[in-house]
Amino acid sequence: MSDSKNSASGVSEHTVSGASIMLEEVTKTYPGQKKSAVGGLTLEIPAGSIVMFVGPSGCGKTTTLKMINRLIEPTSGQIVINGEDVTTMNGDELRRRIGYVIQAGGLFPHMTVAANIAMVPKMLGWDKAKIAARVDELLELVSLDPELYRDRFPKELSGGQQQRVGVARALAADPPVLLMDEPFGAVDPITRQRLQDELLNIQSEVQKTIVCVTHDFDEAVKLGDWIAIFNEGAQLEQYDSPERILANPASEFVENFIGSGAGLKQLTLTRVNEVDLVDAITTTPGKRASDVLSQLQGAGRKLAVVLDSRGRPLRRLGRRQLSRMEIIEGTYDPGLPVVGEQATLNDALDTMLVASAEYALVTGRRDVFKGIITVQTVMEAIAAANSASDDHHEAPVGLNSGAINVVDIEVEPAERGGEPA
Amino acid sequence: MSKETKGLIYQLVAIGAAFAALVIWLVTADLTETERQTLDPATIWKYTQEHLQITLISTVIVLLIAIPLGILLTRPSLRKAAPAVRAIANFGQAAPAIGVIVLLAFWLGFGPKTAVISLVIYAILPVLSNTIVGLQQVDQRLVEAGRGIGMSQLAVLFKVELPLAVPVMLSGIRTALVLLVGTATLATFINGGGLGILITTGVNLNLNVVLIAGSLLVALLALTVDWIGRLVEQLARPKGLS
Repeated sequence: MSDSKNSASGVSEHTVSGASIMLEEVTKTYPGQKKSAVGGLTLEIPAGSIVMFVGPSGCGKTTTLKMINRLIEPTSGQIVINGEDVTTMNGDELRRRIGYVIQAGGLFPHMTVAANIAMVPKMLGWDKAKIAARVDELLELVSLDPELYRDRFPKELSGGQQQRVGVARALAADPPVLLMDEPFGAVDPITRQRLQDELLNIQSEVQKTIVCVTHDFDEAVKLGDWIAIFNEGAQLEQYDSPERILANPASEFVENFIGSGAGLKQLTLTRVNEVDLVDAITTTPGKRASDVLSQLQGAGRKLAVVLDSRGRPLRRLGRRQLSRMEIIEGTYDPGLPVVGEQATLNDALDTMLVASAEYALVTGRRDVFKGIITVQTVMEAIAAANSASDDHHEAPVGLNSGAINVVDIEVEPAERGGEPA
Repeated sequence: MSKETKGLIYQLVAIGAAFAALVIWLVTADLTETERQTLDPATIWKYTQEHLQITLISTVIVLLIAIPLGILLTRPSLRKAAPAVRAIANFGQAAPAIGVIVLLAFWLGFGPKTAVISLVIYAILPVLSNTIVGLQQVDQRLVEAGRGIGMSQLAVLFKVELPLAVPVMLSGIRTALVLLVGTATLATFINGGGLGILITTGVNLNLNVVLIAGSLLVALLALTVDWIGRLVEQLARPKGLS
């Protein structure tokens, strides 16, 4: 692990278990095709960071991702992971060391959740007890109760839950690198937002190197430490931090790709845990409602939050509801406006609008309640963030080789300027 | 109780009832001496055993040829050959079974061996094409997911593709078995043995009771084999599917 690279990603204060990845002049040309799907790409992926590949469909971003674990063999060039050239090693063994998540999880329908997660540890020859313990640990990590979900089959899970199990399976053998191919493409927007928040929470615990393909630029801004924007033939248009791509698009192509929504970029750039949260009166099921009510009145607050035994929010109770109750009930309210602490302010606003509330409950790692964010907080944060300057890290290396390709970069965006990206 | 389980029970009851009716009819009917000799239970049991033997041996050979062939024809390198091989297998089934059996007998000699060979030619198609279809309908993303987490091609085949193809493959095998039980009747024309002898005897000697009893027995045997096939399909269906 090279520590010099960690500082660039801004996570050096945590223990990074990820590995750096270096693509060196990697080219993929399919037989019978003149133009390369990926042309002479050199790309540095710093250890412990999330790098997002975005670009129009067919631009070669997925091909590039699949060349990292050699599901697609590069025609030429080298792939170096943690200083080790993996271009010629056994592909199956390489892939067991790299987590892989695809859309909808790609779970095997004829195996239980536990069996799906256990696939890689089994191949690595772990003993049964160790595998069982690891399965439960991972289910906890992705916020699924092991008792409840271990023995279920994938069809008995919702789309979001399947995706979570997919992530758990990818993390099973604790690989330093996680590759994700449009992981959240098949779920509804609210679930997607929750899954993104969770991924960020998980990442703050595990500190892997994550490479993720998406076609959604907002997702890239939210998840990515670095974003690589590709044009046809995996030509790198820009490879930089989300802040700087939004502030200084390198080309017209990038500008078009970002789209007009960039006006409200501070909403996407600021995260919930970067603003001050309001702390709330919390209680647990079984407490006397009148006690909680007097506590509320004493503090001059309007609502109390009911938490379960693990500190996860179950429901909110207003003063009127409390006055009608004797004992606090522990039923779960599915309409609760909840947002992860790593979510963007954009997500928080969305959540409030969907729930018609002027606040949202913020949760941290493993869905533990952290506090409340209000519309007012969001507005103040936008105002504050607009005047703040962003920190400058040096961007990792990324370029395509060859004179012809350089000409391509300059000619194509101008020609394609009128098309929607 | 599921619809399939109910269907299985009805089918078993119907087979049992039909068999009981046949036995009662044969016991109470006014039979001639020749008829009684031909329909002697011990003799019928011997014919049935021969019949099942021919059927089972052919089935095993069919499985040994058609399943590996089907697997090979769905691998990327051989995928292009699949239509051609299926056309040949189609020809085997489309050719009249009686013609194939008799022609092969003139070439390879009379007896059970030739009967088995022609039956195999006849029954390869359903198993082959269901193996191919069963493997083709496996979601390619699952194959990719398997490869992506480091499973070898063989591991993906045995742990993902084949288990998911089992329901379709089994229904092809059941079709083949039923075809074989029916067609094994023709083995008698080349001294291959089996229940077909009751039918030919019935026709040749104008013994209607023997003819009807023979036909009914073959039909009941086919239905029983079909029933066993359905039962196996139910039990072997991977959990978590459907």
